[in-house]
Amino acid sequence: MANVIDDATIDYVGILAKLELSGEEREQAKKDMAGMLDYIDKLGELDTTGVEPMSHVFPVQNVFREDVVTNGDARDEILANAPAEKDGMFVAPQTFEG
Amino acid sequence: MAKQYETVIGLEVHVELATRTKIFCGCSTAFGGAPNTHTCPVCTGMPGSLPVLNKQVAEYAIGVGLATNCTITRYCKFDRKNYFYPDNPQNYQISQLYLPICRDGYVEIGLPAGATERKKRIGIHEIHMEEDAGKLIHDDWEGCSLVDYNRSGVPLIEIVSEPDMRSADEVIAYLEKLRMLIQYLGASDCKLQEGSMRADVNLSVREAGAKEFGTRTEMKNLNSFRAIARAIEGERERQIDLIESGKAVVQETRRWDDTQETSYAMRSKEDAQDYRYFPDPDLPPLCIDDAWLERIRERQPEFREEKRSRYRETFDLPDYDIDLITDSKHMADLFEATVALGAHPKKVSNWLMVETLRILKEKGLDPEDIAFSPEHFAALIDLTERKVINSTVAKKVFEALFDEDIDPVAYVEEKGLRTVNDEGALRGIVEQVLAENPQSVEDYKNGKEKAIGFLVGQTMKAMKGKADPAAVNKLLKELL
Amino acid sequence: MVNRDILDYTAVELSEKIKKGEFRVTDAVEAVFGQIAGTEEELHCYVTLEKDRALARAAGVQEQIDAGALTGPLAGVPFAVKDNLCTRGMRTTCSSKMLENFVPAYSAEAVLKLEEAGAVIIGKTNMDEFAMGSTTETSYFGVTRNPRNTAHVPGGSSGGSAAAVAARECFAALGSDTGGSIRQPASYCGVVGMKPTYGTVSRYGLVAYGSSLDQIGPLTKDVRDCAVILETIASHDEKDSTSMRRTDTDFSSALKEDVKGLRIGIPKDYLGRGLDPEVKSAVLAAAEVFREKGAVVEEFDLSLAEYAIPAYYTIAAAEASSNLERFDGIKYGYRAPETDELHLLYKRTRSQGFGPEVKRRIMLGSFVLSSGYYDAYYLKALRVKALIKKAFDQAFAKYDVILGPVAPTTAPKLGESLSDPLKMYLGDIYTISVNLAGLPGISIPCGEDAGGLPVGLQLIGDCFREKTLIQAAYTYEQEVK
Repeated sequence: MANVIDDATIDYVGILAKLELSGEEREQAKKDMAGMLDYIDKLGELDTTGVEPMSHVFPVQNVFREDVVTNGDARDEILANAPAEKDGMFVAPQTFEG
Repeated sequence: MAKQYETVIGLEVHVELATRTKIFCGCSTAFGGAPNTHTCPVCTGMPGSLPVLNKQVAEYAIGVGLATNCTITRYCKFDRKNYFYPDNPQNYQISQLYLPICRDGYVEIGLPAGATERKKRIGIHEIHMEEDAGKLIHDDWEGCSLVDYNRSGVPLIEIVSEPDMRSADEVIAYLEKLRMLIQYLGASDCKLQEGSMRADVNLSVREAGAKEFGTRTEMKNLNSFRAIARAIEGERERQIDLIESGKAVVQETRRWDDTQETSYAMRSKEDAQDYRYFPDPDLPPLCIDDAWLERIRERQPEFREEKRSRYRETFDLPDYDIDLITDSKHMADLFEATVALGAHPKKVSNWLMVETLRILKEKGLDPEDIAFSPEHFAALIDLTERKVINSTVAKKVFEALFDEDIDPVAYVEEKGLRTVNDEGALRGIVEQVLAENPQSVEDYKNGKEKAIGFLVGQTMKAMKGKADPAAVNKLLKELL
Repeated sequence: MVNRDILDYTAVELSEKIKKGEFRVTDAVEAVFGQIAGTEEELHCYVTLEKDRALARAAGVQEQIDAGALTGPLAGVPFAVKDNLCTRGMRTTCSSKMLENFVPAYSAEAVLKLEEAGAVIIGKTNMDEFAMGSTTETSYFGVTRNPRNTAHVPGGSSGGSAAAVAARECFAALGSDTGGSIRQPASYCGVVGMKPTYGTVSRYGLVAYGSSLDQIGPLTKDVRDCAVILETIASHDEKDSTSMRRTDTDFSSALKEDVKGLRIGIPKDYLGRGLDPEVKSAVLAAAEVFREKGAVVEEFDLSLAEYAIPAYYTIAAAEASSNLERFDGIKYGYRAPETDELHLLYKRTRSQGFGPEVKRRIMLGSFVLSSGYYDAYYLKALRVKALIKKAFDQAFAKYDVILGPVAPTTAPKLGESLSDPLKMYLGDIYTISVNLAGLPGISIPCGEDAGGLPVGLQLIGDCFREKTLIQAAYTYEQEVK
């Protein structure tokens, strides 16, 4: 118990979550996360041996679509909210692969 | 003496499935649309959009699993693989990690002559379903990348092999085997160049006889058999050089550059390789029961081995012909359809093996690219057999058939290509040829049998190729 | 007959009057905007108001009513919609800078269902940013005040919807509930709010927070409106794989005054430490009303309540961290200026575009899913979820309805909660397990505290038992009105 989130961990989480924290915000985030983890550690008190993790609460299965084209060209609508657009495409910073 | 090294190779093969629509939305998978014209809120990751699974994707995946001797996971789920990249609109890819749809299968590959065993079994660790990413187009002028999501959400299966291969030849034999099975299923056209089949190579080396695997690297961007073979050779050498110079092989992803014939590491501080997989809450699990599995099993096509023995029994063809025809499902289908229209099996086979393969090779095409219809093909064979056209003309007509799927009967009439069988007309021409070539007539009479060939040629030329050479030959002998 | 103000009518009553020709649809829209003109500046229930559009739509709806094409119980009713439900051509912000200018090209299925029924959407209500919060104070566009006492919060995350209904700035509203986000603000503002069984209302077009927990539901003036609206928006939607095929969604058929023999259980854990005594006595008084009307009421041990919060925050944060990855500055929404390196663009866009509470949950969620922690945190939480579901199954073998408070206190003062996030999370203790188990829950007013702030009563049913809840809530409402 009593989790401590160090700089390396918060930086790592920043890479995963694509968040850049600095100064005070970063110190606060370390404290908040440690506090939450202490709290979540409470789950450890429960014996869950043999209990299947439940991701879906109801036993719904096999939900499908048929392989039929239902969508037409909606490019203008798809691009309408793009911060930057060129030649009918979204603009991203230069990537060096793909 | 230099140490002997063994190469250990496993493959991750991505295959684009031949569905009409994407895996989770009703957008078309057709190639060639203008950028972002085959997109919707789902495949562009718009807020509030939700995925719904295309049933055909699961059926193709199960079909491939059955064809590769896998155990079908009766209760399988989709997971999210989280990573940021602009071609991935949600910044997570819907894939399967924990419960992939197929597991523990194998295919058998033939080994080259001289090997101790004729066949080798390559294990398949798993097959899972996932969605393809969009396309990034580099705009060097503006110094940016442009994103087209037409391919985003196209269904893929990823076939993960065991590390059972030891050479580039085995890798290629394995890929060819997979390609054939999948093409027979109709689940994909499996074109490496067009990216509908893509292979990532996991490779490590170890001293011959060692039990432990070495550290492996993963190589991406291999889009031809040739590139795969060269990349394997290059990476093997690179790893051996590292080991011999006392350095360690680093586990990493490398990108093969086929023009430079070298690979380089794809490393970034921002790329943590920690994908935080978890079950996708938007997609309920799949429960594959016996009845469904049985329906798919019943629909499985006849695979190559079964086809081979049937061809042997039904069509009485030599093994050589059978191997060539059944090498491609598309070719085999064309063969069967043409024979069903009444053409003689061996004649059909000859046209496929000689003229068809020649043109494919000249044009750099695959058998899957054959576009002419069995009806027109059968009609051409019929015209030839009935000697309506001679073999030289037939080859010309076949080229037109191959290029444009012309109707041979109409084509022959239109171009006036019929063989002239009118004895009177032919006799007149032959008499004229004999009169114009006294030297050849002389030679023939002096026992130079070959001279008749020249005279036949001259007659054919005068007839603009439309005579039956046998008839010409016969008439010449008669008049001489 | 006393002349009632048009705003005094419930949604269903208003529609009746419109269909009888006593009011025009535009009268209702004008009345609502008249009210908004007087109170909105102080309350700030809305992020976006579209009066011209609403009036144009009202004219169209009126024509259809006059032509006899629209005859349903919601025809002509002005509605407010929480700003995390997509509305075609109407800005949908999730109260975030990230989506400040986002205009969807599609509407949420629930919104489409309302519009098919002849509702007029007048605007989008304020909320906690991306529905993360319990006070509506995490909104990028500023706080909403509680109409009952403007020094207090309206609750959250559907605080704008609850406040708009309470302040008569609309006749009814839609909200979404991931951990109590409909029921708790309904309770704080003194209106009715219901979260249906998971899968009853399509989530298509609801900007996801915790996908396995989110449900859309109504916030209304009374139980009848609640039943009628839920009946209207409930549907099996082929665009939402988690949506259920149900044939029992004629919820208004349950508007009957009868609780005789109804077995009601009150979890002892819901009355213990942390519960404000005034809230407790209001809830127990309500239980007494049920007993007097013939229900069998007893206390029992539900257990596990204290584990629901950590399990919930693990699961919701994990799902949120993934659901919110799509906000990256490339396809839509906020994009950090002057950044031409890819990962820097991601980081700046997200750091500038999201507020502190959203970042807190995204980071927690990324951490609990990360390599080495997945089993200990995320899978553990999913196992606890299974145990909680089982505890409810056992409870519903004995009881038809579980009764308790919605929240431990009445609405806190503005600014009191944000300083200690953990304390704010603890306020969700009575609502959260309902989402984990996918159950329906309704919040109805059951009195006030000494300061005049409303207290909410929560009724929880077994999955698919909305009718039982509606009948019980209706009976109570009729008895105490």
